[in-house]
Amino acid sequence: MNTVADRLRPLTGHRLFWPALVLVVMIAANTVYRPGFLAVEVKNGHLYGTPVDILRLSAPLILVALGMTLVIATGGIDLSVGSLCAISGAIACLHISGAADQNSPATVATALALAFGAALVLGAWNGVLVAVIGIQPIIATLILMVAGRGIAQLVTEGQIITINSGPYRAIGLGSFLTLPLAILIALAAALLVAAFTRRTALGLIVESVGGNAEASRLAGIRSRRVVFLVYVVSAACAALAGFMVTANVSSADGNAAGLWIELDAILAVVIGGTSLAGGRFSLSGTVLGALIIQTLTTTVYAMNISPQTSLLFKAVVVIAVCLVQAPAFRARFRRRRRGVEPGPAAPQREKEQVPA
Amino acid sequence: MTGDRPVLTMTGISKTFPGVRALHDVDFRLFPGEVHALMGENGAGKSTLIKVLTGVYGTDAGTVTLDGEQVSFTGPMQAAAAGVSTVYQEVNLCTNLSVAENIFIGREPRRLGAVRWGEMRRRARDLLARLDLDLDVSAQLGTFSLAVQQMVAIARAIDVRARVLILDEPTSSLDAGEVAQLFRIMRQLRDEGIAILFVTHFLDQVYGIADRITVLRNGALVGEYRTGELPQFSLVEKMIGQELDVLERLDEQQKRATVALDGQAPLVDAEEVGRRGAVAPFSLRIHAGEVVGLAGLLGSGRTEVARLIFGADRADHGQVRTDGARSPLRTPIHAIDQGIGFCSENRRAEGIVPELSVRENMILAMQAARGWLRPIPRRRQDELVQKYVEALSIRPANPELPVRNLSGGNQQKVLLARWLITEPRLLILDEPTRGIDVGAKAEIQKLVVQLSDGGMAVLFISAELEEVLRLSHRVAVMRDREMVAQLTNDDTLDADRVMRTIASGTPREEVTR
Repeated sequence: MNTVADRLRPLTGHRLFWPALVLVVMIAANTVYRPGFLAVEVKNGHLYGTPVDILRLSAPLILVALGMTLVIATGGIDLSVGSLCAISGAIACLHISGAADQNSPATVATALALAFGAALVLGAWNGVLVAVIGIQPIIATLILMVAGRGIAQLVTEGQIITINSGPYRAIGLGSFLTLPLAILIALAAALLVAAFTRRTALGLIVESVGGNAEASRLAGIRSRRVVFLVYVVSAACAALAGFMVTANVSSADGNAAGLWIELDAILAVVIGGTSLAGGRFSLSGTVLGALIIQTLTTTVYAMNISPQTSLLFKAVVVIAVCLVQAPAFRARFRRRRRGVEPGPAAPQREKEQVPA
Repeated sequence: MTGDRPVLTMTGISKTFPGVRALHDVDFRLFPGEVHALMGENGAGKSTLIKVLTGVYGTDAGTVTLDGEQVSFTGPMQAAAAGVSTVYQEVNLCTNLSVAENIFIGREPRRLGAVRWGEMRRRARDLLARLDLDLDVSAQLGTFSLAVQQMVAIARAIDVRARVLILDEPTSSLDAGEVAQLFRIMRQLRDEGIAILFVTHFLDQVYGIADRITVLRNGALVGEYRTGELPQFSLVEKMIGQELDVLERLDEQQKRATVALDGQAPLVDAEEVGRRGAVAPFSLRIHAGEVVGLAGLLGSGRTEVARLIFGADRADHGQVRTDGARSPLRTPIHAIDQGIGFCSENRRAEGIVPELSVRENMILAMQAARGWLRPIPRRRQDELVQKYVEALSIRPANPELPVRNLSGGNQQKVLLARWLITEPRLLILDEPTRGIDVGAKAEIQKLVVQLSDGGMAVLFISAELEEVLRLSHRVAVMRDREMVAQLTNDDTLDADRVMRTIASGTPREEVTR
C-alpha cells in the first residue's frame, strides 16, 4: 500500500493532479449516469456531442479566468469582468446592428475593434484606480462591476439589440477543422497569455509582486506598471468573452450578458491552484478549473436536477472539490483512516521570531 | 519617593522557545512610585519578560509575586484586572471610535444591557482630567495626534485601578514636545504611587525620567542599577557587552583604515539627507573600495540612514547623488540603476519572496533592472545561480527549492547573491549577520572584505561593534536618530571609544566611569 503510494507520489504531488482527477471523476460519473455522454459524431463536417458542447461553452469562462489568474496572482481581484463582457458585447452588436450590411466582414471587424478598444480603456481605468490611486482591488473593480451594467444599458438604450450577422455569430457557434471556433480562440488566448508571461519575465514579476510586494519594490521592480498591466489584460480577455457570449445568442442584453461570470472565473482560478493571496499562478490549472465548472454546469442540466436546487448542488460539489484539493484536509482524512500513524510531516513552520 | 517593599517581584524567570533560550534565570523587581527602565539590545529578552509578566507566555521556571502574593496570569486581560496594565508600542486602539468608547471598550457602564453613554462620557472626562487632558471625549480618536492617542491608551490602562503600568516603547513615534507631555503624565502617575515599567531605546529619555534601570543581555540579567549611579557609558557597555570573539580574526591586527583614498571623488555623496520622524539630516560620502560601518544602538537611526541612501524611503531634506547620476536618487530603481544594492535587515518582510525558488529570488533584482521584456535567458540564470550557490556555499544546493525552505543564514546568502549578481558599486548590508549561525557569519564577513578589496564600496550596519570595527575603514556613529560622528578606524579606535561616542554623542569627550 505504502509502496504504491510512494511510487505514485511524483504524480499525486503534481499541482494539476487533483483538479485533473476531479474532472475525470466528473466525466466518469456522467458516463455512468448517461452512457451516451461521451459520444461524439460528425455531421456536415462538424463535431457534435456533449463533450464538444462543454468545450464550446467553457470558452468564455476560460478567457475571463485567464485574465483573472494574472490579477489574482498580483494579490488583487477583478469583479468588473462580467460587466465588461456586457459592455463589449453591447458595443459590438450596436455597431453591427446599425450597419447596412451586417454580414460584411469589415463591419464585424470594425465592431470588434471598437468594443475591444473600449474594454482596454475600462481596464486601464481599473488599473489606475488600483495601481496609481491605491484603492483596494475589490472596491476599485466593484465600481465598474456595478456601473458597468449601467453603461451597457446606456449603450443598448435599455433594449436587447438583436443582430443577424454570420461572421459575428461564428465567433460563438462557428467551427474550424471540425472543432468549435470558440474553444480554438480560447486556446489561442491561453497560449498567448502563457507566452506573454512565461516567455518574458512578466510571470516572474507578477508572482514576485503577489508574493511579497515590499521585497519586490526594494528589488527594483516597478510594481505599479505590472499591476496596471494585469487589469488591462483582464479587461481584454473579458471583451473576447463578451463577443462569444453575445455571438452565441446573436443579441446583446446589457443585463444578462456575462452575469456572474466573475464569480465562476474566480472559482476556476482557485480550483486551478492559484492562491487568492497572490503569488504563484498556474494558467493550465485555471483552464482545468474552467472546464470543471462548465462540466458541472452541463451535468446539472443533463441530470435533470431541478433549477431550484441546481445552484445548491453546484455549491456542494464545489465545496467538495476545494476540500479534496486542500493538503491539510487530505492529511487529516488520512490520519483518521490510519489511526495512530502520523500524517505527513507538516510543512516546516517558519521559526518563531524571538521577541526582543 | 520609592517605597521599601516591591509591588512586583519576578524571580528566576526562564523561558525557552524552540531552539532559542529567550530568558534565563532573570530576576526583576518593581517598587511603587518609581519609573523603572528596562534596557537591552534587540533579542535581549525585554519583550519576552513583559509577555511573561502579563501572561501572554507561560514560564518554564520562576515565580511572579504581586503585593507578596504569587500570581500567574493567563493573559493581559486578567493581568489588567489584577492591576498590571500594559500600553504597547503601537497604539492598539480603534481610531474610528470615540475617545470615550476607546477607554471603555469591552467594559462599558451598562444598565439592563444598554450602554449608559452619558455615564461613560462623564467618567472618561474625569479620567482624562486626572491626566490634565481636556479633550472632547465624543470626538473620533483618529482626529488626535499620536501622542494624545498614546495618552488615551494610558488613561484606558490606569482606569482599571492599575498599580503597575507597563509602557513598551511608548515614545518611538513621538516628537520632543510630545515626549515631554508624556513624561509629565508619567511623573504624575509615579507620584500617585503607581509603579511604571518603561521600555525605550532612547538613552536621553532613560536619564530624563527613570529612577532605576535593569539591563538584560542575551536573555540574562546583567544587573539592576540606580540611574544616578550608572553613567551612560557604563549603560551602553552593559547593554552591548563584550563577548569573546569566537570568530576567526580577519586581516590579523591590520587596521582597515589603511586604504588610501587619494582624494578620489566619492562614489555616493549624501548631502544633508534627512527625513522627519526618521533621522536628522546627515552627510555621508562613500568611496569605491571603502567599507563604512554604521554603529549605534537599536532604534538609533541606522536602518533609516540606509533606507534614505537607497531611496527606499523618500528624503524630505537634502539629496543623494552618485558620480554617474545627473539627478538625485529618489527610488530604489534609481539607486539600482546607479549600482547600489540594499540587503534589508528585515529578511522576511523586505527581502525574500518566500514561495519563489532560490533561483528566482536570486535573479530578481537583475531582472527588475532589465525590465520584463528582456528576460534573462534560462542558461544564463543557471550559470549565475550555480556560481553563487557555490561561492556562498548555499545549502541545500538546489536552486529550484522554494526559498522559504532554507534556513535564515542561507536565505541571507540568497539575498546577498541577488545583489552581487547585479554587480553593484555600493552594497548596503543592514544587519547581514543577525540571527544566523557562527559559520555563516564568518563567511559573510570574509565576503565583505573580499568585495571591498575588489573595489566595491560597502555600507555595513551591525549591532555588534566587534564586527563593525573588524570590517570598516570608517565608522559612522548614530545616536538618537542623529549621526553624531564619523571616526576613522585607525589604531586609536576601539570598541571602548565607539561606545563612549554612542553614550555621550561626542567622539572625544571623556566620560567619567
